[in-house]
Amino acid sequence: MLNIFKDGLRRTREALQGRFDQLFTKNEIDEEFFEELEEVLISADVGVETSMKIIAQLQQQLRDARVKETAQAREMLKELLVNIMDGDEPALLSHASSPPTVFLVLGVNGVGKTTTIAKLAYSYRTEGKNVLMAAGDTFRAAAIEQLEEWSKVVGAGIIKHQTGGDPSAVIYDAVSAAVARKTDLVLCDTAGRLHTRANLVEEIKKVYRVIDRALPGAPHEILLVLDATTGQNGIAQAQYFQQAVPLTGIILTKLDGTARGGIVVAVKDITGIPVKLVGLGEKKEDLQRFDPSLFAEALLG
Amino acid sequence: MLFSGLAEKLQDTFQKLKRKGKLTEKDVETALREVRMALLEADVNYKVAKDFTAAVKERAIGAEVIKSLTPGQQVIKVVHEELVRLMGETQSKIAPPSPPPQAVMMVGLQGSGKTTSAAKLAVHLRREGHRPLLVAADIYRPAAIYQLEVLGRETDIPVFSMGKEDPLQIARAAMKKAAQEQNDYIILDTAGRLHIDEALMSELGRLKEGLNPLEILLVVDAMTGQDAVNVAGTFHQQLGLTGVILTKLDGDTRGGAALSVRNVTGCPIKFSGTGEKIDAFEPFHPDRMASRILGMGDVLSLIEKAQQVVDVEKSRLLEQKLQNQSLTLEDFLDQLQQVRQMGPLDELMGMIPGMNKAVKGMKNMAVDEKELVKAEAIVKSMTRQERLQPEIINSSRRRRIAGGSGTTVQDVNRLLKQFGEMKKMLKQFSTMDKSRLKKTKGLFPFK
Repeated sequence: MLNIFKDGLRRTREALQGRFDQLFTKNEIDEEFFEELEEVLISADVGVETSMKIIAQLQQQLRDARVKETAQAREMLKELLVNIMDGDEPALLSHASSPPTVFLVLGVNGVGKTTTIAKLAYSYRTEGKNVLMAAGDTFRAAAIEQLEEWSKVVGAGIIKHQTGGDPSAVIYDAVSAAVARKTDLVLCDTAGRLHTRANLVEEIKKVYRVIDRALPGAPHEILLVLDATTGQNGIAQAQYFQQAVPLTGIILTKLDGTARGGIVVAVKDITGIPVKLVGLGEKKEDLQRFDPSLFAEALLG
Repeated sequence: MLFSGLAEKLQDTFQKLKRKGKLTEKDVETALREVRMALLEADVNYKVAKDFTAAVKERAIGAEVIKSLTPGQQVIKVVHEELVRLMGETQSKIAPPSPPPQAVMMVGLQGSGKTTSAAKLAVHLRREGHRPLLVAADIYRPAAIYQLEVLGRETDIPVFSMGKEDPLQIARAAMKKAAQEQNDYIILDTAGRLHIDEALMSELGRLKEGLNPLEILLVVDAMTGQDAVNVAGTFHQQLGLTGVILTKLDGDTRGGAALSVRNVTGCPIKFSGTGEKIDAFEPFHPDRMASRILGMGDVLSLIEKAQQVVDVEKSRLLEQKLQNQSLTLEDFLDQLQQVRQMGPLDELMGMIPGMNKAVKGMKNMAVDEKELVKAEAIVKSMTRQERLQPEIINSSRRRRIAGGSGTTVQDVNRLLKQFGEMKKMLKQFSTMDKSRLKKTKGLFPFK
């Protein structure tokens, strides 16, 4: 598992390595060093506020420890990043004590929600679990068909209504069906309309209420899908969805490109929502657990 | 938490300097640091932002800024002008299809909005009198072909598909079909791909060679972060783009990616997608984009929106009334109704400079929308005489109005009080020196 993660992050690392190597082989810590550090962090989409905070903390620590060499600074920086991304233990997904477990998957258009659901379904299927998908994106043309094709590929059941239907109704049906059939996992897809539309938030609140009504205590995870190429708007996305429902984790997708996904550092720093999974490619097995320390290491080359 | 608008930020910076009476080069540098931060917050590429502020500095330390009485405004003006210049002229045209048919290729990363943009572009071309044919060449994403077919049905634009054949074969067959059916453009919806995926990128290269398209448009999500330069750079290098379509600009995104993309490719940004509706597709306006990136709101779009719904005759009357201070609750009702016609309140607020972040601070904008409905109900429950002479509204009238509008007496009181305050405020405005108003015109709306 870790190898795949490492491999997926290889490009991230390669993209950053050049800079960091330069940064940290310059033995001396001076003004220029911090300026370059700022560039590296901001270029990774960590954002101005969080980058400044990290740099200020590093400066403080370097002063306190009277560190003058960049090699030590590098270790300290890595630790800072890991601390922001939360300790050493990978954040795990929570499950119901008895089936079904329900995951609600949210995100704006084009971040890869449907594909991520397929990948999630696949990974549970390989563990021999029954999976039911709820086609809750009743808005986008062909979203239901897209999920349906995936359901065949990964061998999961699907509950769908028609395009234009009420997403809460589909999801209610899916959760109820899962309760009756004792399905292990229900994955609820939702429409990805932009988060600034107030009615989408109302719709999600309703979906959330309806799930709880169909199965008290559910959903067990409310996962926000964030695209690694997203810039500072990622913070706004997280905050907006969080206003509607209590998000429990982030799935960071498209980390296989040259984007560094540093936005999750800012999102974690500002909203406290941890990254739980990362999408590292287009294949159905390319979904992995997030490991903060590996992530930080990859960022630092 | 995040940056408030750059305008306010700079205002603060210069406010602190006011006592000095004179700006130094260092003061300008401080200000430009704020500018740089605003650009970075808007996702403008780090290097682009750095080069940009260096260029602005040249102009900003010139006499025109330092000697001006309002250096804050001057700096923003220079920044704004330079941004517009950097983003280039508006060239929101697709080259003419001669001889027809000609191919337009849509390329980009997964999830950037190619399929939707293809349909939007087709509708746009049809409006200009063309006969576009949509071509489904995304053979990888499940249901992508079906999505384009659905969009074609909804917009009544023909869609050509051949299942999961080789995209070049599909494109060639589509060209033949277009020639037969007298379609003058074919719009090719290609599969989303990573710019570093060599196999898929060379597939696009083959498509380009075999098809010799008139336009290759890169579709870029306006929310893209720092990576925009890598993506656009690689696509441009390998394919030679002719233009860019910026999508999803309807969120609260500042869209700094536009600047980065423009900077690396040198290609014009031709259109922007601003919503999910199929006609939410606009020519790109560099000046508005500049304001947006700087967090100064989109005043022009707001004005345009207002012009669409505001009755000119009524406005003139209102202006007169403001002059002689005879505003009544009738006029207030008119204004309320006009505002509500302009669209959701939160969207409008977002266009006002500085309001974007302020609005986000308010937990629930939907409540305010309800306040408008309430206010309208209250005013409508008044008699005409009451609207013209609000001072006659005594407590028994208040009770009746509250009953009639389904509100409480407190609500009625609050509205009357607000109206009174509004009148007072307007009085101050109307006594303002006219020449002073004229002078500030064209500058940015500070207080």
